[in-house]
Amino acid sequence: MPGPQPGAKSEVALSLEVNAPPLRSSRYSPLGDQIFTWAMLACGLCVLALVGLIIYELVTKSSNSWHAFGMNFFFRSEWDPVNEQFGAFPFVYGTIVSSLLALVIAVPLAIGVAVFITEMSPGWLRSPLAFTTELLAAIPSVIYGLWAIFVLVPLIREYVEPFLARHFGWTGLFEGPAYGIGMLAAGVILAIMVVPIVSSITREVMTAVPRQQREAVLALGATRWEMIRTGVLRNARAGIMGGIILGLGRALGETMAVTMVIGNRPEIAKSLFAPGYTMASVIANEFSEATSDRYLSALVEVGLALFIVTIIINMLAQVLVWTVTRGTPARANV
Amino acid sequence: MGVSIEVDKLNAWFGKTQALYDITMKVAANHATAIIGPSGCGKSTFVRCLNRMHETVPEARAAGSVHIGELNVYNGSSAVQIRRRIGMVFQKPNPFPTMSIYDNVAAGLKLNGYNNRKKLDEIVERSLKLSALWDEVKDTLRKKSGASLSGGQQQRLCIARALAVEPEVLLMDEPCSALDPISTGKIEELIYQLKERFTIVIVTHNMQQAYRVAEFTGFFLLGKLIEFDKTEKIFTTPSDKRTEDYITGRFG
Amino acid sequence: MSSPADNPSEFTAPQISLWRRGLNNLVTVAAITAVIIVLVPLIAVFGYLVYKGIGSINWAFLTQTPKPPGEVGGGMANAVAGSALILAIGSVVGVPIGIGAGIYLAEFGRNRLGDLIRFTSDVLNGVPSIIVGIVAYGLVVLSQGHFSALAGGAALAIMMIPTITRTTEEMLLLVPHAVREAAYGLGVSKWRTTLSITLRTATSGIITGVMLAFARVAGETAPLLFTAFGNQYWNWKINQPTAALPLQIFTYAISPYDEWHKQAWAGALILIVLIVLSVSAVRFVAGRGMLKGAG
Repeated sequence: MPGPQPGAKSEVALSLEVNAPPLRSSRYSPLGDQIFTWAMLACGLCVLALVGLIIYELVTKSSNSWHAFGMNFFFRSEWDPVNEQFGAFPFVYGTIVSSLLALVIAVPLAIGVAVFITEMSPGWLRSPLAFTTELLAAIPSVIYGLWAIFVLVPLIREYVEPFLARHFGWTGLFEGPAYGIGMLAAGVILAIMVVPIVSSITREVMTAVPRQQREAVLALGATRWEMIRTGVLRNARAGIMGGIILGLGRALGETMAVTMVIGNRPEIAKSLFAPGYTMASVIANEFSEATSDRYLSALVEVGLALFIVTIIINMLAQVLVWTVTRGTPARANV
Repeated sequence: MGVSIEVDKLNAWFGKTQALYDITMKVAANHATAIIGPSGCGKSTFVRCLNRMHETVPEARAAGSVHIGELNVYNGSSAVQIRRRIGMVFQKPNPFPTMSIYDNVAAGLKLNGYNNRKKLDEIVERSLKLSALWDEVKDTLRKKSGASLSGGQQQRLCIARALAVEPEVLLMDEPCSALDPISTGKIEELIYQLKERFTIVIVTHNMQQAYRVAEFTGFFLLGKLIEFDKTEKIFTTPSDKRTEDYITGRFG
Repeated sequence: MSSPADNPSEFTAPQISLWRRGLNNLVTVAAITAVIIVLVPLIAVFGYLVYKGIGSINWAFLTQTPKPPGEVGGGMANAVAGSALILAIGSVVGVPIGIGAGIYLAEFGRNRLGDLIRFTSDVLNGVPSIIVGIVAYGLVVLSQGHFSALAGGAALAIMMIPTITRTTEEMLLLVPHAVREAAYGLGVSKWRTTLSITLRTATSGIITGVMLAFARVAGETAPLLFTAFGNQYWNWKINQPTAALPLQIFTYAISPYDEWHKQAWAGALILIVLIVLSVSAVRFVAGRGMLKGAG
């Protein structure tokens, strides 16, 4: 027992008497805590204020167009800045088609990646692979766009579009001249950008499925795939749906990469080879050139619609993911 | 030097559930007083009411009167000021993980705006000597983090940290429950020496420990103080049947 | 699937049909294919960045402002500086507010208002960046009367705040309650405890969150289009239009000039390298000075 020796003890005791207790005299004022609480509250309220501000800006600045066209704005195809006739239908159409196309390509890939990482991958490969797919999400949109213009689009023009036209031209989805630039290119680049989101959420919800569920199915003599299908995917499907919807939200709001490859023409065509235009792209291209009040207001109204749709979609996705992962820590194991 | 503690009709609640009922007791200065009882009896809540730590739990509140020396705890003083005069050691050692050993001991003073470096050095050394940790850590005071020590050392570090603000009372909430027997032995010996200078209130679920370190013992059951007396009396001739049942191991 | 080893003759494991085994293998192959398909663009993007970018990076590119179209030479130095200016403004505004809001949620936010702020912060996180640009335009550009670095910084700040808020909250909640109690037990006030103990304990996690937010907005182009707007020349004034690296890449990429295309690749490579460098530099600095055995 290395306690203080009797001699040392009295010396220590002495020093305790000599020093006046250092804090006895210091006053505590509750003012510091009050200021701190208010300051932090103010920061929190800033977040509320920002969303309020966004809604206020979008609503007030779009009122001109809203009063002129009403609900019809979203069903009119005319986009004529010169005569101040505005209808957002081609942008709504382009946004929906490019995003859905992206999901059609991205979802099977993303789920495949998630299944491989969580259920099949050897342990040493798991986290480098997860990290690498998430790296895809860190690349700026403008760099995807750059790459798409100079690598992806020529590839699509020279190989993909002729191939699709030859074999699937009869569907009507793949006809017309192969520009490379157009809806198809936008869909592909969006798919690449959406994969990491969908696959990381899918991974998260799959990891949240309790191990007993897997073992129960394996114990019945199921193969690995049967275990994944009935033990994991079935239990995680609401969450996977949430991940897909979150990916949709990202695709709808994505601006730069799409703007660079979609062709930016407010047209509605059945063929995916044809150029199109999205809601985000039209704002990006025309906002700083919009000269008249009504033109600007129409663009803001497109923004308002985009805002409302993405908010609803994100909320829906969060609820779905939450139904699967609640009760389990968010990053169970990567 | 230690001061006495007078508790009068202390009640405490967690939300709507009452955790303490009309506790009245007088803790003698410069002695160790043990609080025993089965888990959930309110013994931890009781000591946490003495320095108003109880109210840091959401929806928890306390009412009654507690006097520590000349200080009226629940009337006329702020909780923060009370806590500066009452040291507390918790169940699990909780050193500040990002601070060095030195900074851990000095934390109470530094964070309250005391910055006299020479005095701080003195106080840190004295506190670590008082908590019998000095010899083990004097070479790595500023290099090693408090979290790198062993569990028993961490707890003695926490005691040193509490002593550094030179409190009049030291509250210990099951200080040995997370420790091995050897560390427990060291802490008990420490308590034995510290009570010459401080008034100590120690919560324990270990009756032998209460018997070894404390002159007085209070037995709590279901939020009530059943019996409070000299330790020897409690353990040999308790006046209440329930105390006897607990002491002899018939429940709890 | 193995039968009981001690007595194999008495019990035979049910055979898994050829079809089920085949399907199992097929799915495995499909999953591996998916991984490969996803990795190809990643490798291709980085490969092209290095391959196309490195040849166009030279001293002039790093030190000069852009030349008029058609002329060879010139660089993006002003865009790098502009990005730094805009990001600095965004961080100075966004980081304290984000951390403050995170502290509010973690330390005071167990109530209705806290839930509302948490929810709103998630909403803000999902707002498309182009819309943030519209709002910053309405708030700053319209009231100032011209495009400016300040407007760009404001847009980026709005985008940083929700990410920082939620990671700060998450990291503060990971700090054990016992650590806070230790400080309260010493008579340390709440504000001092939160800033000097809780926040300090969670520092490395919060820095990671801040860097994620920073990296995310550093490459943002859409919210700068009609806020910072771009500039061919040097600019150090926060109330003037300012070049930014992502904007410059965009302008050059969609231009018809070969020389500009090359510079766009070089700019993209610089952008990625700068993002990676700044993120790892801050993490390195934050990682140093930690004590042995801490956290």
